[in-house]
Amino acid sequence: MVNERVMEKLGILADAAKYDVSCSSALSKRENKDKGLGNAKGYGICHAFTEDGRCVSLLKILLTNHCIFDCAYCVSRKSNDVKRAAFTVQEVVDLTIGFYRRNYIEGLFLSSGIFDNADYTMERLVRIAKKLRLEENFNGYIHLKAIPGASDELLKQAGIYADRLSVNVEMPTEQSLKLLAPDKNHKDVIKPMEYLKNEIAGYKEEKKLNYKAPLFAPAGQSTQMVIGATKESDLEILGMADYFYQQMNMKRVYYSGYVPISYDNRLPAIGTPVPIIRENRLYQADWLIRYYGFNVNEIVGLNQPNLDLDIDPKLGWALHNLNQFPVDINTADLELIKRIPGIGYLSAKKIVAARQFKKLFPEDLRKLGIAYSRAKYFLAFATPFQMQKDLTSIQIKDQILNLQKSKYKNDFSNQLALFN
Amino acid sequence: MTQVIYDGTYEGWLTAVFEIYEFKFQDIVFAKKEASAVLLFAENHFVVTDVSKANRVLKGLKQRLSSEGFEGIYKAFLSDVNQIEEIMFRFTKYVLSSSINVEEDFGNSDVWELRRATRLTRKEAHRMEAFVRFKLTKDQLYYAIIEPDCDVLPLIESHFKKRYADQRWLIYDVKRKYGIYYDLENVSTIELQFNTKSNSANHLTEICDEKEEFFQNLWRCYFSSVNIESRKNMKLHIQHMPKRYWKHMIEKIPETK
Ligand code: SF4
Repeated sequence: MVNERVMEKLGILADAAKYDVSCSSALSKRENKDKGLGNAKGYGICHAFTEDGRCVSLLKILLTNHCIFDCAYCVSRKSNDVKRAAFTVQEVVDLTIGFYRRNYIEGLFLSSGIFDNADYTMERLVRIAKKLRLEENFNGYIHLKAIPGASDELLKQAGIYADRLSVNVEMPTEQSLKLLAPDKNHKDVIKPMEYLKNEIAGYKEEKKLNYKAPLFAPAGQSTQMVIGATKESDLEILGMADYFYQQMNMKRVYYSGYVPISYDNRLPAIGTPVPIIRENRLYQADWLIRYYGFNVNEIVGLNQPNLDLDIDPKLGWALHNLNQFPVDINTADLELIKRIPGIGYLSAKKIVAARQFKKLFPEDLRKLGIAYSRAKYFLAFATPFQMQKDLTSIQIKDQILNLQKSKYKNDFSNQLALFN
Repeated sequence: MTQVIYDGTYEGWLTAVFEIYEFKFQDIVFAKKEASAVLLFAENHFVVTDVSKANRVLKGLKQRLSSEGFEGIYKAFLSDVNQIEEIMFRFTKYVLSSSINVEEDFGNSDVWELRRATRLTRKEAHRMEAFVRFKLTKDQLYYAIIEPDCDVLPLIESHFKKRYADQRWLIYDVKRKYGIYYDLENVSTIELQFNTKSNSANHLTEICDEKEEFFQNLWRCYFSSVNIESRKNMKLHIQHMPKRYWKHMIEKIPETK
C-alpha cells in the first residue's frame, strides 16, 4: 500500500459511506477454522462509538464513490462536485486485515457507487470477499451491498462469501424513489431481495438435512430507508418495514434520518436538523413489533399516522389503551407485563421468575431495575397503591414528561421546532 | 467478630467458606493476606487454600444453581467491588440453606447484590473484548494494555484465543500487573514489567513494526471520517465509551509528532 494515497482514499470513501446505517455484525456464527483469523460470534461487538454516539463495529467504506447514477439524496451522485476515489481490491483486503488484527473492527461492510455497470461493480465486491475468505482465511464478518441490477450468478457468489447482503430501498415508497432517484427502479431493488430471500431459505432447508452445507448469507439480508427526505408518514414507513419483515424475511430494516447534503429543491434545505428523535421513535416502534408482539396497527393507524415525538411508542400505546390497565404483575401473564411502560423485555421475565418466591411490592420492582416512576401509573397492587388509578391519560403523560423534563427538554424543543 | 484471612484467590475464598462452616464462625469479615487491618481485630483466622475443601463448596453450589448462577459467583468475585466477599458469602449461605434454586429470588437483597456485581464484571469483560487495541511490535507480537475496574482477563481469554488463532498476542492489565500471553498454541498468565509510556513517538519507532504507526493513523482517520457533525452527541459518546478507557484507545489518543 502506498501510504499517503491510501490515507486520502480512506478519508473520502469512509466519509461517503457513513450515511448508510446498517452496521451491525450480529447474527452470524462463523467459526475459526484451521487456525485462521477471526471468529464471528453471533453477537455484535461495537469497537468504538463516534462522537454522534453511533457504534463502529465494521470497517464501512465504499469501494468507489464514482457513480453513473444521480440519486438526489446521495453524496456520490454523478452531478455532485466531490473528490472521487476508488480502492483496489488488494487495498481493501489489506485494510480489513490490518484493522481486524488490531481489534479495531469485527469485519467489513463494503458498498459502492456504480461504475460502468451493475455487474462490473458487483464483481469487484465479490472478488474482495472471496480473497478475504480463501486467501486470508478470514472468518470475521463481511457485509456486502448487493447492487441493484446485478446478475443472479454474482448475487449467488456474494452470498457464498458474505455473512449478510443488503439492497437498500432508500425511499419508503415507489413514488419518492421515482422522484429522487430517476435512474433507479423499484423493481430493480425488489428483484434481488426476492432472489436472496429464496436462496437464503433454500440454504436453511439444506442445512437441516446436512449440517455441513456451505454457508449462504447466514446473517440474512437487511435494507435501509431514508427518513424525512420525503413526506411519508410513519404509518407508510412502518407498513413498508412490516412488508419487508413478512414478505422478504428481512433480518433488519434500518431507518436513517436524512442528513441534508444537497441544494436540490426536491429535498429539505441544508441546515435543516436531522430528524433524530423521529428516527429513534421508529426504531422503538420497530422493536415493539419484532420483540414485544405488537401489531403495526396498534402503534400507528389511519387516525394517527405519525408516532408521537414527545413520548415513546409504548407509552403512547398504553395511554391510548388505559382500559387495559392497571395490570397486576403478581398474576398477569408475561405478554401483558411486557406491554407496561417502564418495564422492558428482560425485566418482565425477571418479574415472572421472582414472583414465584414471594409477592412483589413496589420496592422489589425498584430492585429489579424497573423505571418504577413511569410504570406505577399502570400497575395494580393489592395494598395501598391504587390511588393513581383515576388519572386521565393526559394527566399521566404530563406527569411522566415532567419527570424526564430535566433530562431531555432541550432535545425536544429543538426537534419540535422542525415539525411545527 | 472473626476476620477470615485468605490468599486472595477464588479457591482461597471457597476454602474460607468451608472453614467458616467447619468452625461455626458467626460474625465474619474477609481480608486478603496483605491487608493492613489484620491486627485491628481480636480474632483472626488464617486460611490455607485447600483444593479439596474448595471443591466441596463448589459441589454444593453446583447442585443448587443453574450453570449461569454458578458461574455468576465467580464473576462477582472478579468484580472487585467493595466487600464483595461478604456479599458472596451471604448469597452462598442462602443458596446452601435452601432446598430449591433461589438464584432468581430477586426480592432478596443478597441475590440482587450478587447479581449486580456479576453484571458489572460481565459488562466490563464485554467492553474489553471491544476496546482492546493491539499494537504490532517488531518481532510480530500484538500487544495491548488495559486498565479495567474488574479483573476481566480470565473471562476474555478464550474469546481472543479463538479470534486471533494465527497471531501471537499479549494483553496486559497494568492495574493488576499481570497479563495473558498466547504463543500460537496456548494461553498462559505472565507477570512482567511493562513500559506504560507506550504512546510516545519514540516508542513507536523503537518497538513497533514499521507499519504500526501507519495503521494507527489510518484508524484515526477512519474514526474521524465516519463522524456526522450534524448529529454530534457527546453525552451519548461518553456513555458508550467511558473516558476512563480512552488513554489506551488509539482513536482517542492524538497523533504523536
Ligand atoms: S446509485 Fe447509489 S451511489 Fe449511485 S447515486 Fe444512487 S444511491 Fe448514490
